[in-house]
Amino acid sequence: MLLELRSVSGGYGPVNVLSGLSLGVAEGEVGVILGANGAGKTTTLRAICGMLDGIAGEVFFDDSDITKDSPQATARKGIAHVPQGRGTFGDLTVDENLRLGAITRKDGGVRSDLDRWYEAFPRLAERRTQAAGSMSGGEQQMLAIARALMSRPRLLLLDEPSLGLAPLITRDLFERLGEINRTEGLTMLIVEQNAGLALEIAQRGYVLETGSIVAEGTAEELGADEDVRKAYLGF
Amino acid sequence: MQLFFDQVLNGIGTGAVYSSVALALVIIYRTTGLLNFAQGEMALFSTFVTWWLTDQGLGIWPALLGSMVFSFFAGALIERVIIRPVEAAKNPLNVVIVTLGLFLALNALCQLIFIKPGQEALQMPLMFPKGDISVLGLDIPKAILGRAIVLAIECAVLYVLLQKTKIGLALRAVASNPESSRLVGINPGNMLMLGWGIAAVLGAIAGTMAASRGTGGFDTSLMQQVLVYAFAAAALGGFDSPVGAVISGLIVGIARALTIQYVDFLQGIELVVPLGLIFIVLLFKPNGLFGRNIVERV
Repeated sequence: MLLELRSVSGGYGPVNVLSGLSLGVAEGEVGVILGANGAGKTTTLRAICGMLDGIAGEVFFDDSDITKDSPQATARKGIAHVPQGRGTFGDLTVDENLRLGAITRKDGGVRSDLDRWYEAFPRLAERRTQAAGSMSGGEQQMLAIARALMSRPRLLLLDEPSLGLAPLITRDLFERLGEINRTEGLTMLIVEQNAGLALEIAQRGYVLETGSIVAEGTAEELGADEDVRKAYLGF
Repeated sequence: MQLFFDQVLNGIGTGAVYSSVALALVIIYRTTGLLNFAQGEMALFSTFVTWWLTDQGLGIWPALLGSMVFSFFAGALIERVIIRPVEAAKNPLNVVIVTLGLFLALNALCQLIFIKPGQEALQMPLMFPKGDISVLGLDIPKAILGRAIVLAIECAVLYVLLQKTKIGLALRAVASNPESSRLVGINPGNMLMLGWGIAAVLGAIAGTMAASRGTGGFDTSLMQQVLVYAFAAAALGGFDSPVGAVISGLIVGIARALTIQYVDFLQGIELVVPLGLIFIVLLFKPNGLFGRNIVERV
């Protein structure tokens, strides 16, 4: 497993959101976490990337313990987090946002990566010098993902990437994510309300309820599960 | 006409000092989001360090350089040791009160360390030669031209640092979105220290320029009026605009010089003019002349 959470508990101050949560994502896999509002999906991602203080349990990344790492430390180890609401640098330009994605990199490949993601996301290339905050929601989501990719991450965490996007744009987004996973072998962990689309590109899925995993399996198994279908796929 | 021209030049000379301090205020405001009331007294302390180094036999320019290096580390240290622990309380008012306390403490410290009992004013050596230089048939005092050049160099260095380097990009990222900057691997604490360090260096330059004048010496009240004018300049320019801070510093300097020359009934209370100017500008443009209109789409 590239990423492994072992009975993680924690939350914000005295409020425990996660209680004994365990999950794992193997190298090259797309994992998806399904769950209702308030189940703890966002909190799970925050626990992984070091944004939660004082969690109990263990978080392992690439066989090393990152439970107590700060967000900047996990970022430097290769975990890129695209937070809910995208977290772009609104008053900086698109180009500066992308360069920030690669700010910790010391290799000389930044220039060519920049060209590469501009090619993959032509909308961003058109808006290179525009302030990120002035773009549409879909464009900002593309930017946030492209910025994460600029760091050449080993694990990409995506928090509700479809939030606020039109259905067609959401579909396009998931197709691109699936493609990136296939061509780059990039490991991803996605939190998503849109269970159908997410399960299409995922190999592994987890169902989260009140802070712990209540069901898990391959994407096919979850997609076929009666309860999951009723609760998250709506048919 | 010559008189008017001379007063404009005088205004630019003092305005260069206001601009430098205003720039320092803006740098800290943009990185930390707070107004540093201690900026003037930090500059005062740096000025005394410059003076002390000249007193040890150094020339004024090497002394200023030494003071700038000292100020950078002292500024960073103040952020780390005094500001950050208070900031953790998440109440911006606490930090404001702390910078006010720092204002008083630094002022008292200067008096205690540098001024011998019975001594009234200290003499700072001149930074620029006396006399005028003729440019296009106009006589410009070398001291004023020198200050303008120093200000121009400050702007150029800051521009390159903030806009053209990786570390400048990181600094602006922290100012824009601290949480996301951590997610890309930047340590915001280091950037805040850097911001305070840069501001302190600007203060060292401003204070030394203010103290280095031909007539009279300087004492611990050197930066108090300067700080008010610099705040005025920062407000006029928009607190988040470095360009605005520089231009407004010069505007405030010139407005002050012209008021002293031409408006007799404001003699001694010439502070009224720049403040009146600011009041009017802010009434119509609340973000200042050069402040950003925040654009945010969701």
